[in-house]
Amino acid sequence: MQLINHQNIQKRSGGRVLLNKVFKVLFFLSTTVGLIFLSMLLYRVLTQGTGHLNWDFITNFPAPYPDKAGIFAGLIGSLMLMAIVAPITIIIGVGTAIYLEEYARKNRFTNFIQANIQNLAGVPSIVFGLLGLTFFVYLFQMGYTLIAGGLTMSLLVLPVIVVAAQEALRAVPNDVKEASYGMGASKWQTVLRVVLPAALPGILTGTILSLSRAIGETAPLIIVGAATAIYSIPDSLLSKYTVMPIQIYNWTGRPQEEWQLVAAAGIIVLLTVLLLMNAIAVWIRNKFQNRY
Amino acid sequence: MGKALGKEKQMDVQKLIQEKKQKRNVTKQFEKVIPFLLLLCAVISVLTTIGIVFTLLRESFTFFSEVNILNFLTGTDWSPWTGHFGVLPLITGTLLITVIAVIVAVPLGLMSAIYLSEYASDRVRKIIKPTLEVLAGIPTVVYGFFALTFMTPLFQNFMELSIFNALSAGVVVGIMIIPMIASLSEDAMSSVPNSLREGALAMGATRFEVTMKVVLPAAFSGIVASIVLAISRAIGETMIVTIAAGASPALTFDPTRSIQTLTAFIVQGATGDTTFGSTIYYSIYAVGMTLFVFTLLMNLLSQWISRRFREEY
Repeated sequence: MQLINHQNIQKRSGGRVLLNKVFKVLFFLSTTVGLIFLSMLLYRVLTQGTGHLNWDFITNFPAPYPDKAGIFAGLIGSLMLMAIVAPITIIIGVGTAIYLEEYARKNRFTNFIQANIQNLAGVPSIVFGLLGLTFFVYLFQMGYTLIAGGLTMSLLVLPVIVVAAQEALRAVPNDVKEASYGMGASKWQTVLRVVLPAALPGILTGTILSLSRAIGETAPLIIVGAATAIYSIPDSLLSKYTVMPIQIYNWTGRPQEEWQLVAAAGIIVLLTVLLLMNAIAVWIRNKFQNRY
Repeated sequence: MGKALGKEKQMDVQKLIQEKKQKRNVTKQFEKVIPFLLLLCAVISVLTTIGIVFTLLRESFTFFSEVNILNFLTGTDWSPWTGHFGVLPLITGTLLITVIAVIVAVPLGLMSAIYLSEYASDRVRKIIKPTLEVLAGIPTVVYGFFALTFMTPLFQNFMELSIFNALSAGVVVGIMIIPMIASLSEDAMSSVPNSLREGALAMGATRFEVTMKVVLPAAFSGIVASIVLAISRAIGETMIVTIAAGASPALTFDPTRSIQTLTAFIVQGATGDTTFGSTIYYSIYAVGMTLFVFTLLMNLLSQWISRRFREEY
């Protein structure tokens, strides 16, 4: 007597197996949609932008003619803005993370700060622009200056860096800390000389990634008044300034088609800077990755 | 001579002990000050939140002293330069963009997550996942450029479409939030223990059935939370809609037309020749307040879902 009727099984499961195969292909195809879109975007930008991309484009100031326009002011402005944002956010962000991970007691207040940081990370960037407009531009009377933009961006980046630094600090194993205490080190000595160095690669990677996010931010800087036509590089914190995304936005908005090619060239420069920053972050992560 | 040296040495030792004690005192003081300094850093993030709420509330109150709040919330005409402040067209504009984005992003993001978590080999996943995350790192102004100069002309081949329209902006916003849904949902699915899958497979279920009947229900809370979070991101998205969706507020759900979202108006209001202290200036904050409330509700909802419906294994 045959216990298993193969034909019957085939008949019954054939449809289900086929369904599985169909959906496997479908799932794979939808995954590729994102990738196809990414390559289309890059292809489009590269083919449009390379024509305008030359040394003059990088070293020129804005101009009324597409051929003479350049991104120099934006490039330098973006870098200067990051020079303000980086130290502020690293000091305050890492300080906050150390407090939350090493010092804070598990109580309501700590939970409140933690939840608050989580929610801040979800606030649309343009709302930070409104905050900067009221406080930095008008209340503190900084006007549309580099420092007002820098402080606004710092507040925007801060929650992201805190979360990244917290993760890095949490990854430092307890026995390293206990060994330090066992040698008679105080809490702060342990944090400063043992925990921080161990967490530093993680913190740096997280910081660079959030800064690269900030370099591409446009909306809050439009609100706090980054200008579009700047013919000199900022020479003080109270100078007017512009950044790359603002210039790209401005070029994109012009009706003549020629300007779109200029915008594409600007996008290539912006993406190159982002790529460099990400490469540095990955390099740091791989080079200094701690193995515990 | 020997005696004198001994005495000197003794003095030295006592001095050393004293110095050591002093040093320890300084360290102790230092140890006490540090937590306060660190607490100050932590308080800055709280101050930021207070600052945001304070700013939005104060300027909105000024606005509502000039414009009736009921007219603002129920008005169907948004043309601030002629004195009509009815926010509904901006809200429907934002909703329209969000709905289009969700239609694009939820199926694609979910299916990508299923593929990565259930079907893909480790090697394939290690290539595809970071590449998808590159999509999330591209500045939104670049997406806006792409929507305006590529998507819109592409769609115009198939249909009547104005240069600025909700459709291409919404589609591109959707593509922008795909990595968010894919990545967070994949995390949720990956944390479903393998024993559940193996149990179902042993019962003769196909991989597809395991996914649909075991993994998805088990990871449901994480998936829904990721979608809600992505919706919040779509609502707050600014540059894509400013560049590609236009600046003509319209109470319409027709995706081929030009519309304006809450965020796009804030940009327009802040860049035009709006003078400080004018009604239009304050209207930016009232619109910002509306936007803030929407996204905050979404974020809280997402956190609540992932806490409330989490399945612990």
